[in-house]
Amino acid sequence: MSQVEKTESKREVKLRVFRGMGNDPSTYRYDTFTVPHEEGMVVLNAIHYIQSHFDSSLSARWNCKAGRCGSCSAEINELPRLMCKTPVDKFEGEITVEPMKAFPLVRDLATDVTENWDVGKMIPPFTPKKGAKEPWTFYQEDVERSREMRKCIECFLCQDVCHVVREHKADYIGPRWVVKAASFDMHPMDSLNRADFMKDKAGLGYCNITKCCQEICPEHIVITDDAIIPEKERVVDRRYDPLVWVYRKLRGSE
Amino acid sequence: MWSKESPVIKISDDDATYETITCDVLIVGAGGAGMRAAIEAFDHGAKTLIVCKTLMGKAHTVMAEGGIAAALGNVDPKDSWEVHFSDTIVEGQDLSNWRMAEIYSKEVIDRVYELEQYGTLFDRTADGKIMQRPFGAHTYRRLCYIGDRTGLELIRTLEDQVLKRNIPFIDEVEVTRIFRDPSSGRVSGALGIRNKTGGLLLFKCKVVILGTGGSGRVYQVTSNSYESTGDGLALAYRAGAELMDMEMIQFHPTGMIYPEGVRGLLVTEAVRGEGGILTNVKGERFMERYDPKRKELSARDVVARSIYTEIVEGRGNENGAVYLDITQKGPDYIKKKLPSMYTQFLEFAGVDITKQKMEVAPTVHYQMGGVRVEPETAGTAVPGLYAAGEVACGLHGANRLGGNSLGDILVFGRRAGIAAAEYVKSNQPGTVSEKDIAEETARMLSPFKNKNGANPFALKAKIAAVMWKYVGIVRNEADLNEGLREILVIAEEAKTVEARGPRPYNQSWFDSLQVWNMVLDCEIMIRSALRRKESRGAHTRSDYPKKDNENWLVNIITKEKDGRMTQELVPVPRPPAELAALIKE
Repeated sequence: MSQVEKTESKREVKLRVFRGMGNDPSTYRYDTFTVPHEEGMVVLNAIHYIQSHFDSSLSARWNCKAGRCGSCSAEINELPRLMCKTPVDKFEGEITVEPMKAFPLVRDLATDVTENWDVGKMIPPFTPKKGAKEPWTFYQEDVERSREMRKCIECFLCQDVCHVVREHKADYIGPRWVVKAASFDMHPMDSLNRADFMKDKAGLGYCNITKCCQEICPEHIVITDDAIIPEKERVVDRRYDPLVWVYRKLRGSE
Repeated sequence: MWSKESPVIKISDDDATYETITCDVLIVGAGGAGMRAAIEAFDHGAKTLIVCKTLMGKAHTVMAEGGIAAALGNVDPKDSWEVHFSDTIVEGQDLSNWRMAEIYSKEVIDRVYELEQYGTLFDRTADGKIMQRPFGAHTYRRLCYIGDRTGLELIRTLEDQVLKRNIPFIDEVEVTRIFRDPSSGRVSGALGIRNKTGGLLLFKCKVVILGTGGSGRVYQVTSNSYESTGDGLALAYRAGAELMDMEMIQFHPTGMIYPEGVRGLLVTEAVRGEGGILTNVKGERFMERYDPKRKELSARDVVARSIYTEIVEGRGNENGAVYLDITQKGPDYIKKKLPSMYTQFLEFAGVDITKQKMEVAPTVHYQMGGVRVEPETAGTAVPGLYAAGEVACGLHGANRLGGNSLGDILVFGRRAGIAAAEYVKSNQPGTVSEKDIAEETARMLSPFKNKNGANPFALKAKIAAVMWKYVGIVRNEADLNEGLREILVIAEEAKTVEARGPRPYNQSWFDSLQVWNMVLDCEIMIRSALRRKESRGAHTRSDYPKKDNENWLVNIITKEKDGRMTQELVPVPRPPAELAALIKE
């Protein structure tokens, strides 16, 4: 069946793929490949075709090929996207595939995202309220807000698109990690207030709400509106509300 | 917070030097089983290190959708561990290890509540308890779930616990060998590749826990991700462990069939759990014919075979599929209960499942067979080697119940972690022989010497085509023999497999090593399938269509003896009378 389709189909897809090793610009180049078009083809299918038919030395990280794991992040025609979820039919003409630029290059399309875990470890973890009766009782409506944050597949495309992360890496944890903090803050059984952390350590103030992250999130998490802004409001409530300020001064809890 | 540089690693193709890392417990695999084991080993004081083949948090566990089967009795108060135990044994077609099923059905309840305390947000009942949904062949509503993203939430919760404890891990490490002390035979270490640099890592450890998953990627149409190339099975076999019931592969009844790029992608059983109806091209609700009582919620092997039969007898549609319909539930309900299915069909196939039927056909899903383990500890025949989750064998028998795998990884991952920490206290480190290291480095670096050799990506596709054609849902002697012959031909060709380009992040190298694991696993799977001359659960033989309890209440054990593959048949252990009395056919 697919054999027949192949011979009938004359359409082709042209890809321009970044190649290179680590931080050595002398190795950087673009290779062009032409692969046969197939119905429903996504960019990752084309990359796999290149690996098995033209050049097995091409490196590209992938895993589930179903938009669930967030491994095959790349910049496709300059926008951060998952290769497995980007149909080739979306574009006319040549498709340029490049690695994410916010992370150090390892090889070809694979970048080093391990620093994310060091950032992740900074966030005060989920800490349940003490003394709650077990098993816990809470309701579906208590679950929904945090649930949205938990859709995150850690593809780090939001980190890649964030101009603050690209330009002020030393200071801001980035959208993915604000979403993580929000997922804890919105957990109905969590007992911590992460506002001081978000202001003093996480650099939340650097985000100037350009909403680039929520536009490209493949899980459609409304990152800016539903995570970043509520987290900013928590900071305001804790640090700038005059009543809270007076109360905390009196209690000596500053 | 962030740095920007990743220096270029200069490393020659034949550089066999290695970095040595010492720990007590080496966990291979960071899915649910590996991480749950790591948490427990760490909490019991063992110096623990996790390594995994892909990025942290991407393990195949994230693909699990439906839920965790545990008899909490929140929705159906009559449910109990006893009924869950019986369901597991009955649907495993009496091939399960009774003690594993007993441990599982009792302990998984605590594992679910523990997961909730770790931060997992389960869906709730109206009175604020953990919600439970019906699933195929479970007597009661039993699956605790998070919409249709249970696996993702589970892995993220465990990842949070690993980060919170600061348990060391190195991701993107391809482990290629487990070493044993030459005199005591105990596990003494392992060799691996640090993928990003292409450098070699020697782990000196007392224990290896395998949580490496199955080998579903040896099939063309599969719900499995890149990881599932059966590396752990091959590691265990080469280390001298026993593999059991390797013929038992679960075909999930419903996979996507269109478009080609996602063919085989899972359509969760939760669709049927939530009321989805299967029809053929004539519009008949055909499950009424195969299992009038349970219909769509019959056991997975039954539903998969029924769909297969409809399709081969010409009642599938032009794409070779049957229809699965959930539209009657309405858009709000569907988007709430099956959010991933909704977007999966919309984004990949352009199908709106709130208005249109899904096209589905069976897809390879799970490996019931695996490393033979001791039920209490998840220990293998090799001292110091443990295995938990899909890589292990025993709980699921000839057919796994939906929801029993997410529980499996928690229950037996935890037990493996505890047992490993105990073992560490009473055993001294062994030695890794220089000769073994030299042999292994020569083997694993050899793809760089194979100039103009076979393309590993193309070989993987070849293996998958052979297995799909000859070792599928319905098998027979002639097909299996032909499959074996072709796999052995590919195994010969694989000796020339070539790694191209420099060593850092060289996928053609990693995939070459995986091809060697895959052909070994396939050979064992086919030889086991040839051996079992009956039809039981997921293993269907058209030449032996009946279940044969006289002769085949046995587990098929494969192991290496004096450099040769050997098989023996061992009777399935029978449960004591008080447990046997619980089993209700």
